[in-house]
Amino acid sequence: MKPLSDGLLRRLRRVADLPDLSDSKYRLIRKLGSGGMGNVYLVEDTVLRREVALKVINIPDPPPDLTARMLREARIIARLEHPGIVPLHDVGELPDGRVYYTMKRVQGSSLERYSKSIEPLSERLRIFQRICQAVAFAHVRGVIHRDLKPENVMVGGFGEVLVMDWGIAKLQEAPDEKAAGGEGVASDDFSSGPQTRSGTVLGTPAFMAPEQARGQVEAVDARSDVYALGAILFFLLCRKNPPLPEAEPAFTKQLAWDLAAARAEDRPLSRPLRAICTRAMAWDNSARYDTVTALIADIEAFLDGRAVSAYRENLLEIARRFLFKYRFLAGLVLTYLIIRLLMIFFFRP
Amino acid sequence: MSKPLLGILLGAVLGFFDGMTAWFTPEVREQMVLIVASSTFKGLVAGIVIGFVAQRVNSLPLGILIGLIVAILVTLPFALMEDPATGNTYFWEIMLPGALVGAIVGYATQRYGIRKQAA
Repeated sequence: MKPLSDGLLRRLRRVADLPDLSDSKYRLIRKLGSGGMGNVYLVEDTVLRREVALKVINIPDPPPDLTARMLREARIIARLEHPGIVPLHDVGELPDGRVYYTMKRVQGSSLERYSKSIEPLSERLRIFQRICQAVAFAHVRGVIHRDLKPENVMVGGFGEVLVMDWGIAKLQEAPDEKAAGGEGVASDDFSSGPQTRSGTVLGTPAFMAPEQARGQVEAVDARSDVYALGAILFFLLCRKNPPLPEAEPAFTKQLAWDLAAARAEDRPLSRPLRAICTRAMAWDNSARYDTVTALIADIEAFLDGRAVSAYRENLLEIARRFLFKYRFLAGLVLTYLIIRLLMIFFFRP
Repeated sequence: MSKPLLGILLGAVLGFFDGMTAWFTPEVREQMVLIVASSTFKGLVAGIVIGFVAQRVNSLPLGILIGLIVAILVTLPFALMEDPATGNTYFWEIMLPGALVGAIVGYATQRYGIRKQAA
């Protein structure tokens, strides 16, 4: 019997790996990528005639806990209906028992790639704001992402921002539901924290809060996402990954050093902006912003030329900010005074 | 900043500086306090009126025109006053800067003032 060639074996392996969608309404087009838990394929919804992304567990005979995790991920995304979060369309099971779910096909590039093409600081900050808004919404719904990094943020062709990969998200009691006195969502921490998902997170530990990197699952809360958002802000400002949160005070010193060295539009970063990033990435979680909403408020204040909560200005800085904010008015007053003085000398007998 | 508040602030500030420039006219230096006070008051009144009118009118050229007219009306009595010491009038010396203040306040309130929405 003639042995199979390597090329044929590779092809067979690829075909065997493809999900069997024969009994579903989906038609496989091609593979888009793979993550720690599953593969993502581009498929066509033959009923609605649109292309969607289908995520399926990448192990042919998955253990029950992996199936449960996949379902949990789908349920988490399903509860997050927000323009900044990829919407989930459908959940199902393949003939071989593997769970899949379909979601919107996101066209665009990851923040990692997109950030290289955006120069104005204000635009980078507006994109950052949109990421924060999606995460803030998730927090209100009781979901902590735990794996925020530039690779997990997609920027679409029209500048729309989508936060992806909620695979290791943690469910908490939703604050809004708690306040309303409704039925809270039980704490639903996936037993395999990020430290066990080496395939997914080892590449970017720079975006993990110190408590998360130490594996202190109990200590991980919304402020851990605030840290990751601060790290994304650092990435957008400095165009490189932040320093690894390995030890204090070396980490904080390195962070301050990198931010001081960074430049935007040929100018050093302003102190308030550096302070926002430093506060979001504080080593101690109690020194960070309590909520993502507070972080958004500071970014908004910075963009509007108002004082930010993370930085205490001196009188000179307050005056400079005021003059810069109302520079046209100040220019008008100055022009008026010049004209007035010219008039005096013109009318002088 | 709302249009009336911006009008008041800018009118008062410009009026104050306008009064201060009287220092460059040596013959009226002795009356500096009165000049600065009346000039600030004049700017304040013009600013209030222009700011409130700007709340209703949303047009840059119209805003400048209204500012000009209001400032001329507010400034006119001061411009027609005689200097009690010399008996001289300083009509154009007062009218021109006054009108300019009005035009600037009219422009700034339209350009930078935030119009309050009706509840």
